[in-house]
Amino acid sequence: MARRTRDMGTEGGEAAEEAEWVAALRSGDEASYVALMQRFGPRLLSLARSILGNEAEAQDCVQEAFIQAFKKVGGFEGRSPLWPWVRRIAVNACLGRIRARHRQAEATLEAWQPEFDADGCRLGLEPRQLPAADELLASDRVRAAVRAAVRALPEIHRTVLILRDFEELSTGEVAELLGLEPGAIRVRLHRARAALKKQLEPAFGGKGM
Amino acid sequence: MASADRSLGPMITCREFEDFLGDYLEGRLAWGARWRFRLHMWMCPECRRYLRSFRRSLELGRRVFAEPDESVPSEVPPELLRAVLAAVRTPDDGDT
Ligand SMILES: [Zn+2]
Repeated sequence: MARRTRDMGTEGGEAAEEAEWVAALRSGDEASYVALMQRFGPRLLSLARSILGNEAEAQDCVQEAFIQAFKKVGGFEGRSPLWPWVRRIAVNACLGRIRARHRQAEATLEAWQPEFDADGCRLGLEPRQLPAADELLASDRVRAAVRAAVRALPEIHRTVLILRDFEELSTGEVAELLGLEPGAIRVRLHRARAALKKQLEPAFGGKGM
Repeated sequence: MASADRSLGPMITCREFEDFLGDYLEGRLAWGARWRFRLHMWMCPECRRYLRSFRRSLELGRRVFAEPDESVPSEVPPELLRAVLAAVRTPDDGDT
């Protein structure tokens, strides 16, 4: 795998190293600022771009997040690793943008939910054979379809899906980050997952991809 | 199968299966509900296939989003670094 940086927290010996780094950040050492931006910047840009669906806005948000982080670093106690702390600031910056935007209609999401008949029986035909994940991921078209399907979700649903399923935060952590109840996160998560699945059906059924 | 049977009959509908799905995946179903969920899955090929595609979709999402995004530079743009440093230098020092 080209990049496996999902958990950018620290373990064991790295903790001492990070404590030194935090001390340098708190003392306002610019080299430590640059190091932090270079270490976390690419991952944050990728995350912000996934949430916002827009490169320029992602850069603005990450820039804003770093500025906020350095202004607040005096209050960072270093009890938790730097990465989740910086990520939280960046996600909040993204959410600020999203709230400022015109609220997106959720009609399309509705169209991607599973359907049932009057007796509660599932409608729609699932393929009998499902291609393996590796086989699907070998196709550039499928990978592009996955990205497009996530991008097509309403922003709040997309954000919940990315944080919960791709960044692998807990439901509680996502709820806290987004200022919503865990129950509200679960509803959005399920609808986002169902919409992702619905949009990927052509890839699974072997029709057109 | 009417949903009114939920508390009595062991068999849930596909719609109820869907309602339970998130909690099932998160391991939050109490054993009775989990049992009914699994019973439905064994009896209903449609839901079984649905769940398989559902999980596969999430796996694809997770793996695609773990790949480096080709349009995001592997390094932070230098203008971003400069802008941040300029913004955080304390303005009252006046010596930067
Ligand atoms: Zn069913």
